[in-house]
Formats: sequence, C-alpha cells, structure tokens
Amino acid sequence: MNFTAVAAIYRFEMARFFRTITQSLVSPVLSTSLYFVVFGTAIGSRIQEVEGISYGAFIVPGLIMLSVMTQATSNASFGIYFPKFMGTIYELLSAPVNFLEITLGYVGAAATKSLFIGIVILITAFFFVDISIAHPFAMIAFLVLTCVSFSLLGFIIGIWAGNFEQLQLIPLLIITPLVFLGGSFYSVTMLPPIWQTITMFNPVVYLISGFRWSFFGTADVSIGLSLMAVGFFTGACLVAIWWIFRTGWRIRQ
Amino acid sequence: MSSIVSVRSLRKAYADGFEALKSVNLEIEEGEILALLGPNGAGKTTLISTICGITVPTSGTVVVGGFDTQADFRGARNLIGLVPQEINLEPFETVMNTVRFSRGLFGKPRNDAYLEDILKKLSLHDKKDSKIMMLSGGMKRRVLIAKALSHEPRVLFLDEPTAGVDVELRKDMWNVVADLKADGVTIILTTHYIEEAEAIADRVGIISKGEILLIQDKAEMMAQMGKKQLIVDLAASVAEIPAALAAYSLEISPDGASLIYTYDTKGERTGITTLLNDLQKAGLQMADMQTRQSSLEDIFVGLVKETA
Repeated sequence: MNFTAVAAIYRFEMARFFRTITQSLVSPVLSTSLYFVVFGTAIGSRIQEVEGISYGAFIVPGLIMLSVMTQATSNASFGIYFPKFMGTIYELLSAPVNFLEITLGYVGAAATKSLFIGIVILITAFFFVDISIAHPFAMIAFLVLTCVSFSLLGFIIGIWAGNFEQLQLIPLLIITPLVFLGGSFYSVTMLPPIWQTITMFNPVVYLISGFRWSFFGTADVSIGLSLMAVGFFTGACLVAIWWIFRTGWRIRQ
Repeated sequence: MSSIVSVRSLRKAYADGFEALKSVNLEIEEGEILALLGPNGAGKTTLISTICGITVPTSGTVVVGGFDTQADFRGARNLIGLVPQEINLEPFETVMNTVRFSRGLFGKPRNDAYLEDILKKLSLHDKKDSKIMMLSGGMKRRVLIAKALSHEPRVLFLDEPTAGVDVELRKDMWNVVADLKADGVTIILTTHYIEEAEAIADRVGIISKGEILLIQDKAEMMAQMGKKQLIVDLAASVAEIPAALAAYSLEISPDGASLIYTYDTKGERTGITTLLNDLQKAGLQMADMQTRQSSLEDIFVGLVKETA
C-alpha cells in the first residue's frame, strides 16, 4: 500500500478546498440560513410540531444531509473530473498506485470537505433553533458514512462525465429530487400510504431517518435498516469503482 | 551495455480495429539517449504510453529494470519519469506544490532540498512559489520535466519535448537533456524534428505505421546509409548537361551555375576522379567545388516513403 501517494493526493485536493475556503463555506452557510428563515421561521411558525419536535429543529438533520450529500457528490466528481479535463490524469495513470489508493486519496478529501461543511451548518443551526443531540456518536457516524458514500458516488460520476454538463446532470436530476423527497423537510409518516410505500425505494430516506434518529431518538424506519442501507450503498459504489479501474472504463485505453 | 527497457512483441489494437502498434521489439540501453523519429500518427505516443502504463497493451510484454510493467507495475513505474506532449498542469497550484505532489504520488518521502535542486537546474527556482497559470509556455514545459524528475527516475520519456517551442528554448531543452544524460538517466524522446534527433541522440529509431523500421547508432546509420553529393560550381553557366557527361548521375542546378553529382560513400569507387577529368575534357571550367553529406532527414524521408 502506497500511503505516501494517498497522502499526496489527499493534500493536493485539500489545498484546492483551502484556496477557496471563503466560497467553499459561505455558500452552504448562506443557503442553510435562508432555509431556516423561510422554512423554520416563516412557514415553521404556522406548523405546530412534527412528531413532538418543533418544525425548526425537525428540519436541521435534513438540511445538513441535503448540503452534505450535494457537496460530497460535487466535490468528489469535480476532483477526479478536473484532472481528466486538464489532462493531468496521465500522472495518476503512470504512477505506482492502484485503484484503492487513488480512490482513498480523492474520496477521502471530498468526504473531509463535506464533513467540514456539515459541521459548519450544524453550528449555524444552533444560532437559529434550540436543538440537542440525543446520540452524538451515532450522529457523527451517520454523517461520516454519508460523506464517504456520496463522495464515492461523486467519484464515479466524475469518471463517467465527458463534459461539465454531465458533471452537473446527475446531482441536479437525481440527487436533489431524492433528497427533497427523502423526508428532509417532513416525516414520511405524514404522506398518504401509497406514497409512503414508494418513498421506501428512495435510499436517501434511510440516511435522513437514521440521522434524524441520532438527534431526536425518533425515526421513520428502524435504525438497523438505515445502517444496512448506507452499508449497501457504500459497498455498491466500491464495487463499481473496482470494476472501473479493472477495466479502465473511461480512463485507461 | 545492458537493456534497461525491453519491449517484446508489443501490439496495441483499439476497439475500432486500428492497429497503433504492430509487434514492436525494442531494447533500450542504460544511459543512452534514444530518439524515436516518425511522422504524426506513427505510434510514437502509443508506444510511450504503453511502456508507462497509461495504455494497456493488446499483447506482448514490457520489462523495465527487470520489472514487468503489467505484473509488477509498481517496480517498473518507480523507475520511469514521463514528460507528456501536451502541457497538462493544474493552473491554480504553485510550482513547488505541484512538484511535491508528483514526488509523493510516486511514494517517495518528502525531500524539498532535492526538488529545489531540480528547479534550479531547470532555471525555475525563482518561480517556485508562482502559480502555474502565471508561467510562460516554455516554463510550463520545464515544470513538466521537473515533475517527471521529482521521484528520481532512471528512465525518462520525453514525448515531443520541443513541439511548438521557439529555437532558443529548444536549444535550452537539448542542454537539459545532455545534463540528465551526464547524471546517468536513460532518455527516450520522440520527435518529428530530425535536427533534434541528429543533435542529441546516441541512437535513432525510425517508426512508421506502428512498426520500427530501423534502429541504429546515429553515426553508423548516417555513415552506412548516407549519400554524399559533390557540388561543382562552374565558371560559366550551362543550359544542359553536356552529352559527354551523360553517363554520370548528374543534376543541374536551376540557375545552371553548378552541377550536382550524387555518389554512394559505401561504393568501391566514388567516380569523382573520372568525373573531374571528363568535366575538363568537355571544356567546362570549375570555379569551386564542395561536398555535402546527406542528413538524417533524407534517410528518414527515404525510409518512410519506401514503406508507404
């Protein structure tokens, strides 16, 4: 295992993040604050409580997940797409590194960035609503797992994408709808039975539900099921990446 | 001398059926400068990419320093530095960080003193904290070389290092290559500038349509295949070659002021003495004469035409 190479990739990617630290942090913090103002204060004041929790506090886990998932996907996809676009990928392909090392470096950096953003949003939330975290360790675990699994997904998108439009396409067409319909702003139990059943096919539901449980101790689906869903999603992404590097799909002729 | 790179029966065919390399065999000796010369699309870059691991061969093997590039890719790639043809660099990062990244990627522990030394040799040291986007084209090319050298490779591949580079910088680049050779680095460069191969290579390989047509010591190649020309400047111009000299393979210069005689240095007799006698007999007065050795370019064009 070439850990020096993993560290080199990780540092190089993190340097990109710190070069643009202001815009990296300002935009998620600003958009989250807007959500709190609109949903939490304006609309939330008309909504009593959801499952015994004030609406402003109820949406916090969903908001964090929304940002973390989109940031992890876009950071990881850009991280590997940019060398492809610039041509600097030749160096990765001719270096003594295997797929696991490349993936660890890029996905590790993207996951760290999104984790960082997730924590900043959580801190921002404390300024708007009164929340307490019932299971802090589980909260961190869910957050880290989500950062990692969506960074893996982003990494695959970055390898697949042939241009900048495609790079934006999947996050826009698939991830954002899944997150919005995954119970970020409502409890799944508030839906009619038929939609509840359909919603259960949305993998994001399990992530948000598990994450919300770590805050409030209540969940739409069982915590075991949530963990299994995250584990399955992460495993599927890893298998896909292993296949990509084994066959050289879209990267090595 | 022993081979540091052995290419055996290397073949590369793409999905669309195009055969970029047709069973290439090549032995590269340690410490030499080998120039691979060929027209565009000859397979030069494919050959380099396959040796360096960017392209997967269809069949055949490549062994670098005793390591098979497929079975033992780490061992082989540790020994190789690659300078690509295109200027592929991360524009927003500084020179030093970019070079440091390359060294780390190859698993070498951080050694800034060594990297700064490379930057000094390449006249980049005063730019080490500059962002790459601020550098000129020639400097960017040198950054690519610094990256390739960052992990102390024993074999350096330079893919068209002077394509689109001005004359002065090209000479600079040749000096850099000569210094590297003095440090014991084996250098393989591709080029379609014949003068480049002529100026710096020890051996020259000619590649066309995915095949190596010829690979030989540069001086030997030129001695064996080179034709020489005797140019006789006449005191008075002639309109046509006198009938008495029809037996010689003579050409007349466009202005009629000189006759050009092409002869083979390998031949037993060059025919120069009899030609000069016959010139005098034909009543032609000589003003001056000179000989010219044919260049690598003539050899190259001749070979590539033959196989076309």
